Amino acid sequence: MNTTWSRFNISSIVLGFAFLYLPIVLLIVFSFNESKLVTVWGGFSTKWYVSLFHNQGLMDATWVTARVGVISATVATVLGTLAAITLTRYTRFKGRVLFSGMVFAPLVMPEVITGLSLLLLFVAVGLDRGFFTVTLAHITFTMCFVAVVVQSRLVSFDRSLEEAAMDLGAPPVKTFFQITLPVIMPAIISGWMLAFTLSLDDLVIASFTSGPGATTLPMKIYSQVRLGVTPEINAACTILIAVVAVGVIIASIANKRREVQRQRDEQAAQRG
Amino acid sequence: MTNIAAAASPSAETAAALPTRLAKGFVGRLVIIIPYLWLLFFFLVPFIIVFKISLSQTAISMPPYTPVLDFSEGVSGFFAGFSALNFDNYTWLTQDALYFNAYVTSLIIAAISTLLTLIVGYPIAYGMARAPATVRPTLLMLVILPFWTSFLIRVYAWIGILKPEGLLNQVLLSLHLISQPLVILNTYTAIFIGIVYSYLPFMVLPLYSSLEKMDYSLIEAAQDLGCPPIGAFWKITFPLSLPGVIAGCLLVFIPAVGEFVIPDLLGGSQTLMIGKTLWNEFFANRDWPVSSAVAVILLLVLTVPIMFFQQAQARAQEQGK
Repeated sequence: MNTTWSRFNISSIVLGFAFLYLPIVLLIVFSFNESKLVTVWGGFSTKWYVSLFHNQGLMDATWVTARVGVISATVATVLGTLAAITLTRYTRFKGRVLFSGMVFAPLVMPEVITGLSLLLLFVAVGLDRGFFTVTLAHITFTMCFVAVVVQSRLVSFDRSLEEAAMDLGAPPVKTFFQITLPVIMPAIISGWMLAFTLSLDDLVIASFTSGPGATTLPMKIYSQVRLGVTPEINAACTILIAVVAVGVIIASIANKRREVQRQRDEQAAQRG
Repeated sequence: MTNIAAAASPSAETAAALPTRLAKGFVGRLVIIIPYLWLLFFFLVPFIIVFKISLSQTAISMPPYTPVLDFSEGVSGFFAGFSALNFDNYTWLTQDALYFNAYVTSLIIAAISTLLTLIVGYPIAYGMARAPATVRPTLLMLVILPFWTSFLIRVYAWIGILKPEGLLNQVLLSLHLISQPLVILNTYTAIFIGIVYSYLPFMVLPLYSSLEKMDYSLIEAAQDLGCPPIGAFWKITFPLSLPGVIAGCLLVFIPAVGEFVIPDLLGGSQTLMIGKTLWNEFFANRDWPVSSAVAVILLLVLTVPIMFFQQAQARAQEQGK
């Protein structure tokens, strides 16, 4: 297809990306500001990073957030993958409409509603609010995002591979673990990463469902932001951005490698 | 490989046989039942509880409400509970103009910012769709990347830019474009900027995926026949991208109505939005029944757009197959 990339198209992309990235770049730049005034440049300094590591409250919150993120993302990935399989493979069962509704609705549900309703559930069943309840809440809202990511891979999956395996005598469960799972693995990994970052990010649902002793990093940042903008928060945010960026880059490189490897395997198989 | 499969059995038959073979087995049932039960218990049941508590009375205790419809008292207790139901919280919502205004303002703000996001996002998505095929994956990655960085951080970044002594005013003052700092932070303008900024990827991605699939020879044909570019856009490009427009608008509009972080951090105390009202009812006033009633009405308001969204999702899934 003949693509004409006109001046208009290029400038709209440049402006759009400037709008998307400039605030984040400015935030990172001012985390290295010597001055305590966030918006006045007073020279380069890394002192806010040093003071960050001496802030015990912030370090504790980081640890809580990391644990909640890893546990909830892992459970959510398992549940979300099962939900995705159900959605794509079982087209007829009782209550399918309700099920797909429950998978898609949390994607757009305002967080205040999800947070409030989960908290009221925890109170109703008598669970003490804390680490455990935040984790359960995060599993619930992130599993739907995993389901959507994995489902989009399953839809384009070549079913003849499974048929071939089962025709050759492999039982369904074995077929799933040896054929289906390796093929959809990249989607499962990106689903896990999405669930982890969503959990890392979440302020509203965590504020409702958390209790004493389980303050997450966003809750901590939020309570400090309300008191005013400080370079120390900029530094904390910069570290968080760096962690996520490195993770995303590593994942995309790994994905690309696996893709290249797969193509090589397929070519070898055709030749052989 | 295909030969063996074809020889063993016609593949259409196997395709139909696989799900049934799986579903009949114990493992197959588990695949459905585990996520189903999880979502029932952690997604559907909580809404029922919210509804129940919205009908109970506020009490100074922990939890701060008197329960109604207590199932522990058996069936007779359950029916007796109906007389104890009270709609005071809902009456309270209609009597106080604050809540009504908050709902209406939220809907208006969400609608305006959805439109603004569409106007900002469309040229970006269009430019991406017309970019050389080799550049497109990189551009796509660049749109998705901000989505991975914390929502809270991205909203927070705007405080430093928009405040009276902030970066935007510094730049404008030094260029002598303005003589006095603009007041943007803590106004509705700041909320619009915040929503457009935070939700832009949600708009660009569906727009891009429908624009990318488009056959651009249609536009060339229209132009050859003498249609001006703007006419060709409104008659061909825009109608063909409509599924993307609808999906993008719903993805922005629905969460924006109940948004809390943006109005709280950028809108200040003077602006009114329902998500903030619910938060304050709950955390500041500790009035659980009233905040539940606020949530129930918000959910009712959003039912129609959410159902639209689900239909659009289901349709997209069908087309994907």
